[in-house]
Amino acid sequence: MADHISSSGEGHGSVGSYLTGFVLAVILTVAAFGLVMSHAMSPSATGGAIALLAVVQIVVHLIYFLHMNGSSEQRWNVMAFTFTVLSVLVLVAGTMFIMHDTSINMMSR
Amino acid sequence: MAQNMTADAAHAHDEHHESPVVFGFWLYLMTDCIIFGTLFAVFAVLRDQFAGGPTGHEVFELSGVGIETAILLFSSITYGFGMIAAHENKVSTMRTWLGVTFLLGLGFLFMEIREFSHMIAEGNGPDRSAFLSAFFTLVGTHGLHVTCGLLWMAVLLFQTAGKTELNERMIGKLTCLSLFWHFLDIVWICVFTFVYLMGVL
Repeated sequence: MADHISSSGEGHGSVGSYLTGFVLAVILTVAAFGLVMSHAMSPSATGGAIALLAVVQIVVHLIYFLHMNGSSEQRWNVMAFTFTVLSVLVLVAGTMFIMHDTSINMMSR
Repeated sequence: MAQNMTADAAHAHDEHHESPVVFGFWLYLMTDCIIFGTLFAVFAVLRDQFAGGPTGHEVFELSGVGIETAILLFSSITYGFGMIAAHENKVSTMRTWLGVTFLLGLGFLFMEIREFSHMIAEGNGPDRSAFLSAFFTLVGTHGLHVTCGLLWMAVLLFQTAGKTELNERMIGKLTCLSLFWHFLDIVWICVFTFVYLMGVL
């Protein structure tokens, strides 16, 4: 019983949940490498597809390995994480947008 | 009354498990996310600046990256099994899994150092082009984190040597390293996707 409660709290999974996460991660990784190595799609379509696979795999890792969930014990962890993801998105997208425009307007390429 | 008591008990239990140390370490990991976000932004901007040097096609070897990815993924699940053993207070099982994780991490580091030294020996070091500078900084920072994780793991293996049971403090330390190790695997997902795979498209 105690084990059951703590597994939903700060979180440690079961053998089954680790194996589920592992199998999902392997499938997603192999799919990404396979797409690139087989040249099945155009480069831009492949790029979009592997980016999507990476996002899905990150979510799989967060749920099955880092045990993130919607429980109240995790509220502040999830909040800090959401804020960080937002910051990183602004950082990366903002940098790429500004540097791309700069390079176009300075005609360096 | 009975309901109040169970609620109190549950509350006490939650507080018992909601360690401020683990939450603090989680916040540290979030700041580490920002570091990697910055380095990924730098790489995204400089990834086409070859300065006449080699492109990703010429310097990346996907088979090696695939093996590195597999090693890290395996080390994630072996650490997970170690944590399950730790929560069941099976110290020697936990130490065995941690030892396996340590060896896998060492294997990853070995492959990465071999790849780096191979590239530098061919004249494609970080000083060759902006693309390679960004590459070495980003992937090197991840490698440095793995090295720190391995040192930490060695310390925990040393501290648990000869122990028959783990106290709350030790479980907290193991939980923090578990978060760190799984976090590094998540960063690696972004590295192999956005650096290596997109580099050879």
